[in-house]
Amino acid sequence: MKLLVCISQTPDTTAKISFNADNTEFNNAGVQFIMNPYDEWYALVRACELKEALGGTVTVINVGPATNETTIRKALAIGADDAVRIDSDPKSAGFVAKQIAEYAKNAQFDLIFFGKETIDYNGSEVGAMVAEYLDLPFVSYASKLDLNGTVATLERDIEGGVEVLEVDLPFVLSAAKGMAEQRIPNMRGIMTARTKPLTEIPAVAFDGFEKVSQFTLPPAKAGVKLIDPNEMVELVRLLHEEAKVI
Amino acid sequence: MVLVFAESPRGHFKKSAFEAVTYGKKVAELLGTDCVALTLGPVDDASVLGTYGAKRVLNLPDASLTHFDSQLYTQAIADASKQLGAQVVILGHTTTGKSVAGRLAVRFQGGLISGATGLPVLAGKNLLVEKTVFSGKAVAQYELSGAVNVISLMGNAVKPEQTGSAVAPETLTLALNASKIRVKEVKTQEGTVPLPEAEIVVSAGRGMKDPGNWGIVEDLATTLGATTACSRPVADSHWRPHHEHVGQTGIAIRPNLYIAIGISGAIQHLAGVNNSKVIVVINKDPEAPFFKAADYGVVGDLFEIVPRLNEAFKQFKAAN
Repeated sequence: MKLLVCISQTPDTTAKISFNADNTEFNNAGVQFIMNPYDEWYALVRACELKEALGGTVTVINVGPATNETTIRKALAIGADDAVRIDSDPKSAGFVAKQIAEYAKNAQFDLIFFGKETIDYNGSEVGAMVAEYLDLPFVSYASKLDLNGTVATLERDIEGGVEVLEVDLPFVLSAAKGMAEQRIPNMRGIMTARTKPLTEIPAVAFDGFEKVSQFTLPPAKAGVKLIDPNEMVELVRLLHEEAKVI
Repeated sequence: MVLVFAESPRGHFKKSAFEAVTYGKKVAELLGTDCVALTLGPVDDASVLGTYGAKRVLNLPDASLTHFDSQLYTQAIADASKQLGAQVVILGHTTTGKSVAGRLAVRFQGGLISGATGLPVLAGKNLLVEKTVFSGKAVAQYELSGAVNVISLMGNAVKPEQTGSAVAPETLTLALNASKIRVKEVKTQEGTVPLPEAEIVVSAGRGMKDPGNWGIVEDLATTLGATTACSRPVADSHWRPHHEHVGQTGIAIRPNLYIAIGISGAIQHLAGVNNSKVIVVINKDPEAPFFKAADYGVVGDLFEIVPRLNEAFKQFKAAN
């Protein structure tokens, strides 16, 4: 079985967010970068589990500059067999999707994994886009995946509940909580990751139809107004008259 | 022409559909054109979409659209868009909308903003639209320059407005491919408002001490007509169902009012709720980080405060 896991590099959840002087670009200075948590904890780990149980290979792909190699090596340490880096800044969701689709279109993957979204642009776009380029079914927000031969059974989070469905390989999925448990790379994984193949591929040209024209930071909160625990009638009055939410 | 896909899971419209049509009508006004609503699969009564501003309402009643398949839905929306000459296609930013929006953008080779939080403004022929990024820590304005642009609209970003009158639905005929997805079962809690749509959310955490104590949280939610939610440790301990978990790994929400009970406010939790309009935090620890993100705070024993707050809301409801 050939599995592809698409990984993104994002600022750490705790990173302080700032922008360049004209507010058009994210300011990388001093920011700790990580593998997008949903790509790592859910997509990559489940792909590795399936490979370990059923045989096959797990390839990870990342669209990013050479400085992303640390993140890619971590994915190899967790259990991926080889890696591909498309050498370009990930300019937009559309750009990233085009690069992944170009790589995957002739590679005959049985399953292509994404995390449910990235924690930087929160778009949840790339998986659906790649599925469209490859003309494959797309199962988003999958919280459970089992394979029986070439038939997959999945659970998928929907508003207020769960959908249970079947689909034949190949297809594209985005993974949500429940799919797998976070895996810490062990020493052997870290050692072998150093020598696993990492192929660098140039990007294909793609003119997107959207770009960020400006970033802004939300206005700071005015500060908490503390209410005496015995004065809940007062809290209700404030929610009605001041905050106007009830 | 602005085409709005009005989602109707299991034949019923949810608030997200009315929000999308309300938004679509305003985008159509901006562009000096009409808003057309499209529904897929068998549906209750689509004429209601006219009251939210749709000039025409189209229904494709094909039974194969009863269950969601991103490929079929994309085909139907794209074909309808082409037939009608849509410039903008609008969907709710739901699990369905998100699975289709990217596909549509690729099919159109058009622009996409996923999770728009406000109305577009025009910049020449392009649209400028905002969304929140970095898990609520910043706002990004996107410039969409496609011949067709796709917008998925964040829940609770606009208020549904009934400004028009009902429109008789027209039946649309399109030849669809066979679905490759076989839906076996849909398990939902009917009768409760799903979290992403809820205007008031009452959420509780480990401070509750035991799942048997949730009665006071549910009572408060009932009084307010609110949806209940929980923090990650609570969902991980199976005290509450997984689909109630809000935060970074769970569901991101933006209700008008978020009441957090016995939740300390870890950054991963805040990432999922910090776009709530008003946040009330009840916690016994005055140093709980959540107070820094709160609008109103109550420091004390939640087992005393929550029933007292419930009584105060009941008094308010009785008087108003």
